[in-house]
Amino acid sequence: MMKVVNKSISKKDGMALLQGKPLYTDDLAPKDSLVVKVLRSPHSFARIKEINTSIAKKVPGVECIFTYKDIERRPFTRAGQCYPELSAYDKFLLDEYVRHVGDDVAIIAAVDEKTAIKAMKLIKVDYEKLDPVLDYRKAEGHKNIVHPEDDIFIHADVGFNKDKNIACEVNLRLGDVEKVISESEVVIKKTYENQAQAQAMAETQRSYSYLDMQGRLVVVSSTQIPFHTRRILANVFDLPESKIRVIKPRIGGGFGSKQTAHSEFYPALVTLKTGKSAKIVYTRREVFRGTTSRHAMRFDVTIGANKEGKIRAIDMKGISDTGAYGEHAQTTIGAAGKKVLPLYNKVEACRFNGKALYTNNVPGGALRGFGVTQGTFALESAVNELAKELKIDPVKIRELNMIKKGETTKLLNMTTKGWGDEPMHMDSCQLEYCVKKGKALISWEKKYPKMQVNKNKVRGVGMAIAQQGSGLPKIDMASAILKLNPDGFFNLLIGATDLGTGSDTILAQIAAETMGIDVNNIIVYSSDTDLTPYDSGAYASSTTYTTGNAVKIAAENMKDLIIRYGAQYFETDEGNIEFNGKEIIRIDNEERITFEEFSKKITYNILHTQLVASGSFVPKKTAPPYMAGFAEVEVDLDTGKADVIEFVGVVDCGTPINPKLATIQVEGGIVQGIGLALYEEVKYNDRGRLMTDTFMEYKIPTRVDLGKITVKLADGHDDTGPYGAKSIGEVVINTVAPAITDAIYNACGVRVRELPATPEKILLSKA
Amino acid sequence: MKINVKINGIKKALDVSPDEYLVETLRNNGYMSLRKGCDTGSCGMCTIHLDGEAVLSCVLISAKADGHEITTIEGVQEEAKDVAKYLVDEGVDQCGFCGTGTIMSILYLEKCVDNPTDEDILHYLRGNLCRCTGYAGQLRAIKRYLEAKNDEGSK
Amino acid sequence: MITIKEYVMPKNIDKAYEYLISKKNSMIFGGGAFIRMGSKNIALGIDLSKANLRYINEQDNEIEIGAMATFGDIERSEILKRFSGGILSIAIKDIVGIQLRNIVTLGGTVYSRYGFSDLITALLALDAKVKLYKGGVRTLEEFLENGSKSKDILEKVIISKTDGFSVFKSMRNSKGDYAILNLAISKVDGKYRIAIGARPQRAIISSQAMDFLNKNQINDKAIEKASNILASETVFGSNPRGSSKYRHEISKVLFKRAIEEVMANEN
Repeated sequence: MMKVVNKSISKKDGMALLQGKPLYTDDLAPKDSLVVKVLRSPHSFARIKEINTSIAKKVPGVECIFTYKDIERRPFTRAGQCYPELSAYDKFLLDEYVRHVGDDVAIIAAVDEKTAIKAMKLIKVDYEKLDPVLDYRKAEGHKNIVHPEDDIFIHADVGFNKDKNIACEVNLRLGDVEKVISESEVVIKKTYENQAQAQAMAETQRSYSYLDMQGRLVVVSSTQIPFHTRRILANVFDLPESKIRVIKPRIGGGFGSKQTAHSEFYPALVTLKTGKSAKIVYTRREVFRGTTSRHAMRFDVTIGANKEGKIRAIDMKGISDTGAYGEHAQTTIGAAGKKVLPLYNKVEACRFNGKALYTNNVPGGALRGFGVTQGTFALESAVNELAKELKIDPVKIRELNMIKKGETTKLLNMTTKGWGDEPMHMDSCQLEYCVKKGKALISWEKKYPKMQVNKNKVRGVGMAIAQQGSGLPKIDMASAILKLNPDGFFNLLIGATDLGTGSDTILAQIAAETMGIDVNNIIVYSSDTDLTPYDSGAYASSTTYTTGNAVKIAAENMKDLIIRYGAQYFETDEGNIEFNGKEIIRIDNEERITFEEFSKKITYNILHTQLVASGSFVPKKTAPPYMAGFAEVEVDLDTGKADVIEFVGVVDCGTPINPKLATIQVEGGIVQGIGLALYEEVKYNDRGRLMTDTFMEYKIPTRVDLGKITVKLADGHDDTGPYGAKSIGEVVINTVAPAITDAIYNACGVRVRELPATPEKILLSKA
Repeated sequence: MKINVKINGIKKALDVSPDEYLVETLRNNGYMSLRKGCDTGSCGMCTIHLDGEAVLSCVLISAKADGHEITTIEGVQEEAKDVAKYLVDEGVDQCGFCGTGTIMSILYLEKCVDNPTDEDILHYLRGNLCRCTGYAGQLRAIKRYLEAKNDEGSK
Repeated sequence: MITIKEYVMPKNIDKAYEYLISKKNSMIFGGGAFIRMGSKNIALGIDLSKANLRYINEQDNEIEIGAMATFGDIERSEILKRFSGGILSIAIKDIVGIQLRNIVTLGGTVYSRYGFSDLITALLALDAKVKLYKGGVRTLEEFLENGSKSKDILEKVIISKTDGFSVFKSMRNSKGDYAILNLAISKVDGKYRIAIGARPQRAIISSQAMDFLNKNQINDKAIEKASNILASETVFGSNPRGSSKYRHEISKVLFKRAIEEVMANEN
């Protein structure tokens, strides 16, 4: 019986955050920091012919201004990935070329924001406008090349071909797809596309920097990747990593936006050049234009099936708009196949081909779901269309074809690094339960396919299934350190990065459970490259699973240490010692000492030892969480407006460490998915300027847009996870869009294959 | 220019520039609870009370506050704590960045509406965006808070 | 980002006008919320907060709304909730959030003749008048069309107190967004008046549809006919919120729903 794990403990930082304590990056920056601003390109593609900063530099209060001429040319990637990255080194900290509206042109530091902006406006830039590539469907082999320069490269062979605007290509194949499809009784072939959704986290990117007493660069940043950021900065500024420290304070959300380094370079450069502390706070428009979004992707999906609904083959051919730079290009389009196709493990053949293409749009990057959302929308929409074609209930077609507990597919061997040929069984898969439970919760039998509400309103239901990963096997590692203090409490030091999800609290729960102590006796300190052990970062659904395992190992090691030193204390052997979290007991004579007393004694009086234990973990097996999502949507037949009446999400995340916080992950993910499905339009003008670049124009769901959200966590357990846990943060967004668009179809007969499903699209395709 | 304001009950004379917005003025004077989320009056994170009315400090020119009374969450710590307990208990504190603005809106709702319905709650809070929680848990928490307060009051 | 060199808060409208004409780049500030989104260099900002223009007064024959009345004031006004089906309160309540509505002013919106405005469309259907400091009293309809020839200050909006009933309808995708299209109908003494806005251009009167309604027996067929007249007489444009084609289609829907509501009220 678990005492601390699987309990809904409250986040340790919640009260302080909500009462408005100064805990975020900008609250902590030294008051006298120089304020840094970045001049950004108004053109989608141009060469800087001339840039003149002399007038701007004369503005009183301006400290310094840098252009590409002041910076040593050094290609790098901003993507937060383990080294060597799978993203091309195709970015420069300021370049002669600008490749999207919002690309960086000059860096200004001044005594205050007003002065910096004034100077920014006085920088004279003469651009030679170049013909941009604005449509990724036409990017491959386009006469305009986004990266004509010769000094960019990539560490790995991923099909990078800049002369054809190809950032990478991913291929996956099992069996002879063409043959099986040609033999199939029914073939569905459709094209699906998602928009470049924005992360829209509450706190924009921001950071400040200063030199410490040893002259080292300290960067405090709202980041998901402190350790990668340290390495990236070291590369950009040609410094040894030992000269850099990165700290993440409390941060206002991430959703992948901060898995790419952005704001850190600018104050860091200013601090290195001037020795003074400097800070930058991105405006919301800067976030939209100057950082990353979800990759827009377009997939041609072909499914071959027999008349009974057995799916025999799946072929997915897709392209991804990576924009001006290739951050996370390969891993996202790869995930669109690798973490989507295994859902249908009984196919005779499947094939995946994905290409990420350079354009002069805002770069793609990481966003919750990370390619899997895109692939799931395409494949699950096609499966729903297959069900329609065959007049089979979409639930039935899933039951017939989806992966079930204990089953496997060779795809898992092909896509799990270092696993080998041994079949990898999905022993913890609860997908069957998720579908069954979701079907009951939405009253599918009663509501499928639609119900007329009144003369102009119809409600339809739709569903989809999805998976994700839990960390990246043999790539992303995490570690933890536990330190015993004289009063019997512990410091838990972790490199992991709490984005507000509550991972600091969850990891404390795991440590407390393992050692059998009160969770309040675990003081968590996280995300500081000097003081905490390595962690690849908060991405790839890894913290609970990967860092959780590292914490568990560290706690087990600590428990061993306590027993070893307990044995020394009682002058007996380890087998004769028991530690129950409160006391250390000598078993044979029942002599005992409270743990508090023991920790004081070994510090001040005897043994004189500091107990420290560590643990590291890298996933070996693929441990996917699963979800079934069911949508009930009301369509206004006259205006085309679709409203979600209810969304039911049943999730298999193994054993939830903290059911309350897991539930909020699901609720939040579903609503972000509703935004993707219905509201979050991305529009560019014909010159490549993003028009939807403020919260006035880009609409994330408000609380009045939503119907009921129903969440159920499956009672699951994965043997490889800490206390049976798998991940949850990302899987929760994947089913939403395909379930909603199928519900819309069932309500009014309009199939939206290009997200979002706006009233205009629905109404005008109805006519 | 100089403005005379009362912030959280204390009279202050502040030096502001004509094109400064209140969120900046307040942060520059140490009221760090104010979060800037959008710069366009769209997200509700910088919500404060001006003469008891909820307003967005990011679109309010500081000079407009001259002669008025400002309340930030620093000035209503006890009330904020009471609300926060319920939000934390429901797990909807999350990243916390929108939380202070949300609480200022909840306190305003309480002032304006007796026994608010779900619809009232949504109406008064619709200007507060949150990307983490999906809102459902916030509604649960707010209802529990209001119920508890009602029970307290009827004792 | 805007810059303001000097900011004054005159105690009355006479003084405000003096300031206004004293400098070339001077500008009147209502709530100032929308000015924030622009990128103007303003030499002199003139704030009307202290000019005693924040009021909603009920006279014998008129309701006067001062330029500095906020949307929040309008939304909560008992006078306006009672007036003509509460159309003004209703038209306002979907605009972003209460904290913005507590800042945005009637004067700032009406004088700027914003195309996206919900309030202007409702006021236009009510045949409201504007009182300008120099320009005197003008109909809102005419003011929307021609604006002000020279720099002026909107002092108040005047609405005739009639025994009518009005309905406001808007189409939004996300409820937090601005309208893709809005429409208001008032019926006073058996006469209909229709205004349509967020086309996305500024609101106008749908005179042909109005004429048709006022000259014909209202039944389903007439409503259908009137909706087509309205859609074809109105010029619609495209912006990121919607295409002219979509606006054309939903103008008929908003019209029908509004007129049905007006009629339902009569029954």
